Amino acid sequence: MSDTLSDDASGGDDGQEDVMTPAELIGKLEEAWLNEKFSPELLENKSEMGECVMEQLTHMEANLQRVRRGDVKASVHRMEIDRIRFVLSSYLRSRLQKIEKFFPHVLEKEKSRVEGDPSFLSPEEFAFAKEYLANTETYLKAVALKHMPPNLQTVDMLKAVPEPCLDSFVFLRVRERQENILVEPETDDQREYVVDLDVDSQHLMRYRAIAPLVSSGAVQLI
Amino acid sequence: MFCEKAIEIIRELHRMGDGQLPAFNEDGIRQVLEEMKALYEQNQSDVNEAKSEGKSELIPTIKFRHCCLLRNQRCIAAYLYDRLLRIRTLRWEYGSVLPTNIRFHMCAEELEWFNQYKKSLATFMRSLGGEEGLDITQDMKPPKSLYIEVRCLKDHGEFEIDDGTIILLKKNSQHFLPRWKCEQLIRQGVLEHIMS
Repeated sequence: MSDTLSDDASGGDDGQEDVMTPAELIGKLEEAWLNEKFSPELLENKSEMGECVMEQLTHMEANLQRVRRGDVKASVHRMEIDRIRFVLSSYLRSRLQKIEKFFPHVLEKEKSRVEGDPSFLSPEEFAFAKEYLANTETYLKAVALKHMPPNLQTVDMLKAVPEPCLDSFVFLRVRERQENILVEPETDDQREYVVDLDVDSQHLMRYRAIAPLVSSGAVQLI
Repeated sequence: MFCEKAIEIIRELHRMGDGQLPAFNEDGIRQVLEEMKALYEQNQSDVNEAKSEGKSELIPTIKFRHCCLLRNQRCIAAYLYDRLLRIRTLRWEYGSVLPTNIRFHMCAEELEWFNQYKKSLATFMRSLGGEEGLDITQDMKPPKSLYIEVRCLKDHGEFEIDDGTIILLKKNSQHFLPRWKCEQLIRQGVLEHIMS
């Protein structure tokens, strides 16, 4: 998969990143895509990566225009473009779905973020979430809430919309060895339940226990 | 009994199963709101009485009514919100123009919400990547092959594919088209994917 891409668009990625070949870029996209698809909560945004991939796609499309019609190579590349576009769309889609599902919590998290910390939302996603919240609130108000008794005219969205369930289980593959991961953090037993994770081993664990490892890239959700 | 109407409208929605949108139950909502109004007024007068005449035996009743009020509010919010989620799914299925029979089942405010949602989504998709943006409502399934065989289920008129060729989509005609061009038409029920 990566072969066709790299000889198609070599030198197309003079972005802000130090050096990253298109193949590495697509690898990163696939990682981010799987993590986002399987984690219960919204992960950090990687909008820069998304932009790079978009750039690649446009670049590849442009290259395709130059190829003679009916060339076999062209259809292979076309397929490649389709695949990458699917992964990118699916990635952005699952992010958007989580934003819609958990919008009050997502916005709350964004509000409490310390200045300088990386944001979980891209500016566009942030705008979308804000509009979604405002739109939904206006709607509820217009249809029902304003007809209710004065003390019941507001709904606390934070309480009304369910939070992401961090205790759900996820499958993961380990990329960097980890020691002493607490599986059951607060049990009444005296002994904490601790495991070591070996490279390339696969596990089924609660998301909460390994959430920091997902964002640092030490484990990959599968 | 209080709150029964509220449960009823939720049941009605629940019975429809996934993704289907029943007609907006304006009457049901109105009845629940009326019940709430009655409960609230009774509570108001009882609160005044309890305060002025020190009748503490009224307090449990007041509390009970207040619980009913909260429950009604919650049920209505749940009903409306669940409908919104269904409407949202419709945007992803049918594209930005909804079929008339579905619009018929929505109330004016829901249409308004839908239009706003449509706009937010469009703004978001336009902002992705280059000048044209990226339509993420396309490519819903991983691509297996570049071209697929499709059959027309209804007359759709002329349809242009990428290289500029124009084909006529006539009922019962079959075509071999780029998959990503027909995805939406398939979802709208204009084309049918022929599996061999």
